Amino acid sequence: MNQPERPHRSGLVDRHISFLEALRGAGMSVSLAEDLDAIAALTALEWSDRSVIHDAYAATLLKRQAQRPTFDALFDLYFPRLVGEGARAPDGSSDEAGEGEGVRDNAQALQAFQAELLDALSQDDQQRLVQLAAEMVGRFGAMPGRGPGLSSWSAYTALQRVSPQELVDQIVSALLAQGRNDDEAQRVAGRRVGAFTRQVEDDARRRIAEEKGPDHVANVAIRPSIDRLDFTSARRSDLEEMRREIYPLARRLASRLTQEHHARRRGPLDFRRTVRASMSTGGVPLVTHHKPKRPHRTELVVLCDVSGSVANFAQFTLLLVFALRDQFHKVRAFTFIDHVHEVTHHFKPGADVADVMIELAASTAHAALWGRTNYGRALTKFEEDHGDALGPKSSLLILGDARSNYSDLHADVLQRLAGTARHAWWLNPEAARHWGTGDSAAPTYGAIVDMVECRNLTQLGEFVHDLAG
Amino acid sequence: MTWFASPADAAERLGAVGYLADPATATTTFLAGALEKPMLVEGPAGVGKTELAKAVARATGAELVRLQCYEGLDEARALYEWNYKKQLLRIQASGNDQEWSATHDDIFTEEFLLTRPLLTAIRREEPTVLLIDEVDKTDVEVEGLLLEVLSDFQVTIPELGTIEALRRPLVVLTSNASRELSEAVKRRCLYLHLDYPDAEREREIVASQVPDLDDRVAEQLVATVGRLRELELKKAPSIAESVDWARTLIALEIRDLDDKAVNDTLGVVLKHASDHERAIRELRLKK
Repeated sequence: MNQPERPHRSGLVDRHISFLEALRGAGMSVSLAEDLDAIAALTALEWSDRSVIHDAYAATLLKRQAQRPTFDALFDLYFPRLVGEGARAPDGSSDEAGEGEGVRDNAQALQAFQAELLDALSQDDQQRLVQLAAEMVGRFGAMPGRGPGLSSWSAYTALQRVSPQELVDQIVSALLAQGRNDDEAQRVAGRRVGAFTRQVEDDARRRIAEEKGPDHVANVAIRPSIDRLDFTSARRSDLEEMRREIYPLARRLASRLTQEHHARRRGPLDFRRTVRASMSTGGVPLVTHHKPKRPHRTELVVLCDVSGSVANFAQFTLLLVFALRDQFHKVRAFTFIDHVHEVTHHFKPGADVADVMIELAASTAHAALWGRTNYGRALTKFEEDHGDALGPKSSLLILGDARSNYSDLHADVLQRLAGTARHAWWLNPEAARHWGTGDSAAPTYGAIVDMVECRNLTQLGEFVHDLAG
Repeated sequence: MTWFASPADAAERLGAVGYLADPATATTTFLAGALEKPMLVEGPAGVGKTELAKAVARATGAELVRLQCYEGLDEARALYEWNYKKQLLRIQASGNDQEWSATHDDIFTEEFLLTRPLLTAIRREEPTVLLIDEVDKTDVEVEGLLLEVLSDFQVTIPELGTIEALRRPLVVLTSNASRELSEAVKRRCLYLHLDYPDAEREREIVASQVPDLDDRVAEQLVATVGRLRELELKKAPSIAESVDWARTLIALEIRDLDDKAVNDTLGVVLKHASDHERAIRELRLKK
């Protein structure tokens, strides 16, 4: 390990420590004990294979599968798979490396590269894809700098030039030839291109890290893990991943809620039963008996803004609430943009998540008259058409960013609605520091109902848990 | 004793007893033995978490001690319990002529101690694999109980003193992640996430578990399961289901896994009605 008396340090310990620092910076709790465990694990192993080191670090430092992508990305930064172009056998293109951009990056090379990439993607040849990703950034993503050490790499440029998205159709036809049906081929092709895009981004990060030091990149370029990713900044592939998380999240919440209900099940002392039971022990009440506690279940009315900016957030919240429907007495859901539409019937028990999403998206049209978000109008309409949904037993949950395009807010209507319900919350997917900026009416509405910041799956899970508990 | 000589050795010996481990599993298993730290295995149901512990026991010739966790598990059923009835008999049998202090010393001895899995595993002199199964099902209090056992391999019994492990068992904890375990437990463990295997490894697993299955059918089966996992299902089929499916095909003497065969036996792999419908629709199976 660290031997300060020796003047020549290998830098291995420094790298190990800065790797751990980066993990901590990314929100993983890595304690000193885990640090020592990792060292112990590394000393017990042979260092012949990079993946063994990776597995050893993963075993000792990781505690949660959700952190895996972050961990992998950082590991790739601090212990890169290859340095520079790597030790690949020099082929035609890398011989000309010194001769400037024009030769390495021309239309012909681009076409040849695309053909090769298409082939690899259709075959799903992982090893070749990794190589191609490295080559792609090296060739098409280089951004010449003003001086030595100032040059940089851009995954964006590389992706723009090669544009693997355009290959999707060709991959689909290749997959169809392999005997898959078209829906499936579309999906698989999309997923492979998405994965390749990620590989390219990883490689660009690796190259930048080589020049500017991994710490710099770790600070700016690592995306938060999926349960801490903002709804509003999620990409399409992230959304799909999040949707897959909803069901496990609901199950975790449900089992946590059941356990907590059980722990609180003991009600007040049942005097009669206790005294009667004490007869068998000579009048000494060894065991006390308690009245069972009546579980109270919340009746929930959900009102969600489904306009473009917050649609994803509303859908996730709805899915989660309905996945937990047996924790609530009754759930009714309405969507709005500037008009209100009830969507409760889409959530059949045991229904398929993906189907529900499609139906919800299709029903968005009913929630709009002119298509511009208008909270005031939506609230008024809700009060007129569905005012009976709210009662003294029900809780009102409003989902939206409270950006109402400077229209009349009708705060008095919300006041009345909140007054009818037992409790009212407003979930806002925007960071609290943005509330009140631009056309946000968050302060106005926030003064009437409790406004809660809810930006990612973790916060959403916590809120729904407290709501049902 | 050393459990495994190297990750490669672990993979090889686990393979010899019928558990095909991927490199990460082999490395973590090796580390669990080398560092004498418990191993926390997480993953979806049916990917071979419990089976890993059993395979380690088989591969090393150790005995498996199993603690199955459930809601309401307590100290008396996890650690040890005094045999009250026997103690009572002892007190009654001694009559009035014996001093209380003598009786007291007498009834809190080994003879009246009922050891439960955790204590059993610690006191064993032979190599032991301790499997704490579905640890996420327990209450949070039990985790506290596990801490002493997992970090120091010792159990404190007020009447007898602290019992230390003569030989540290290899501990495997499994969890379906239905509840987040406390940081304290996680910190003491090596973490391993088992996931669905890739097609190649799954084919090997199916072939090793169901040797009678035709190679061609096995390939079709693994490919179909792979396609099912790509769909958005409530419960994606795991290895256990693939193996069950292979056994079903043998039992029904199906030689070719065509659409009809898949449709007829889909119930073995998919356990939700909505998953069924989705699979039939997406894979274009004929009703």
